[in-house]
Amino acid sequence: MSYETLLEVTGLINDYVACIDADELERWPDFFTPQCNYKVIPRENADAGLPVSVMFCDSQGMLKDRIVALRNANVFAPHFYRHLVSNTRITGESDGQIKAQTNYAVFQTLLDGETRIFNVGRYDDTIVRVDGKLLFKEKICVFDTYRIQTLMVTPI
Amino acid sequence: MDARVMTPNDLNWPPAGECDSVPYGVFNDPEVFDREMELIYQGPTWNFLGLAAEVPNAGDYKATFIGDIPVVVTRDNDGQIYAWENRCAHRGALVVRDNCGSSDGSHTCVYHQWSFNNQGDLIGVPFRRGLGGNGGMPDDFDMQDYPLRKIRVEDYNGAVFGTFDWDMEDVDTYLGGDSSVNDHVKRIFNRPVKVLGHARQYIDSNWKFYAENTKDPYHASLLHLFHMTFGLYRSSQTGGVRLSNDWNTVLFSESGTDSDESLKETSDAHLRTYQAGDYSLEDMSLLAGRAGEWNDNTTLVILSIMPSLVIQQIQNTLAVRQIVPKNEKEFELVWTYFGYEDDDPELDAIRLKQINLIGPAGMISMEDGESSVICQQAISRSRDARNVLQMGGKTAEDQDHLVTETTIRGFWKKYRELMAY
Ligand code: FES
Ligand SMILES: [Fe+2]
Repeated sequence: MSYETLLEVTGLINDYVACIDADELERWPDFFTPQCNYKVIPRENADAGLPVSVMFCDSQGMLKDRIVALRNANVFAPHFYRHLVSNTRITGESDGQIKAQTNYAVFQTLLDGETRIFNVGRYDDTIVRVDGKLLFKEKICVFDTYRIQTLMVTPI
Repeated sequence: MDARVMTPNDLNWPPAGECDSVPYGVFNDPEVFDREMELIYQGPTWNFLGLAAEVPNAGDYKATFIGDIPVVVTRDNDGQIYAWENRCAHRGALVVRDNCGSSDGSHTCVYHQWSFNNQGDLIGVPFRRGLGGNGGMPDDFDMQDYPLRKIRVEDYNGAVFGTFDWDMEDVDTYLGGDSSVNDHVKRIFNRPVKVLGHARQYIDSNWKFYAENTKDPYHASLLHLFHMTFGLYRSSQTGGVRLSNDWNTVLFSESGTDSDESLKETSDAHLRTYQAGDYSLEDMSLLAGRAGEWNDNTTLVILSIMPSLVIQQIQNTLAVRQIVPKNEKEFELVWTYFGYEDDDPELDAIRLKQINLIGPAGMISMEDGESSVICQQAISRSRDARNVLQMGGKTAEDQDHLVTETTIRGFWKKYRELMAY
């Protein structure tokens, strides 16, 4: 594993969370390969070997559908997200795939100005290079905060 | 009735026998909440404790709640399920401190290591005979006199219920015996189930706003816009509601397209909901289900078994939702998704994908938590003012359509009776 790889991977993750925090969610699916795996899974399930994820998309199309639903169908309290990410580690590299783990914390702020720790967990990422660009082939968000405050609509 | 829980009946109820409105005081008064914990949750009700499949083997246990009271569910060597209040018989500490696990048959309180068996009987007290001739319990101390507070349990086709009322009728009778509500429960629990996982939501609202929501077919196509937005047919136009014991209810609907007439009425009403055809799903695999799983056309069943359980079938997703009240303005909702033991891998995959639709992040129904929150926010100082529950009439009875609040009226009718209001 090279320092350059780590730098590139942290760059990807920083861009990814910046996109969500800036509410540019229409660009969010572009961080993934067309066939992908995006899961937001409660830690209690992950630890118990149970498969239920609260969000589970296995294609870029499903990611887009989530955003269309968020913008046009779903009713929720308007809010901002602020992701803090840290401790990125490259845990494997083979066959052109990079495996990486990163801690994250998502703070959510409602329009009354109160900020709450909304979701804290770990990204387990599988990253591939397509046309020179790094993309997520798989992103598993294992969240410790498995009691979700009200609802989760914005992706992690 | 216990005198300690008598509060002045100063709520602005409509005249006795009317159930088409309730005063908002029931949603924000801590004394009302305390009274509910006594008269409902520790009263003549069956409270959902979990699925039998969550404690499959002898020694398995799970911690949960009846109302805001911590309880533990265990399976003993005799294969039966037991439950007890999670409060040490010595000085009140939690005996079990994790969500679930497996024990060797004894549960030891960490504080002074009193230990209890799976059935809640006291089986060990350290230094009971003293140490080096000093201390020890009095001679007349008998461990038999100090069990954990036991809860009567019934495993009803794989759904486990508990009650503090040892004189209660059985669960079958509670669900209405030969009733449509009970038939729907049996339809879903028709064979052994397997747990697929959990999800938890914490909602800043009184638990009864959510109870109303789960009995409210009126809001389905008005609050939840997923189907309309993507131009998908609504199946909610054919269906009905049934009640048993007034407050146990089922909403159900069958697949089939809406009639042209009802679509036109919806369109003409210029509802916020009507955006049919504006968007389409990029990936239709989300909706790929398996029809006829129960040899019928029913695609939606919401069973609301008071006070603490919702059982749902929405397309192929199956879940129980346990309502855990915390105080007069907060409750937790614990989802347990399940399938059947004999599900094939394709059906497993269908159920897991459809969870995108239903749950804390469910695109069809995430709004339910939100609707409860905005009600709670609005009634902060409302006590005497009353809501309006007149859609579909003023009384509580079965109806063969979904444009109704009859099921909510049934809930309040039983609530007033149990609460002696
Ligand atoms: S409080 Fe449990 S042993 Fe003392
Ligand atoms: Fe709903």
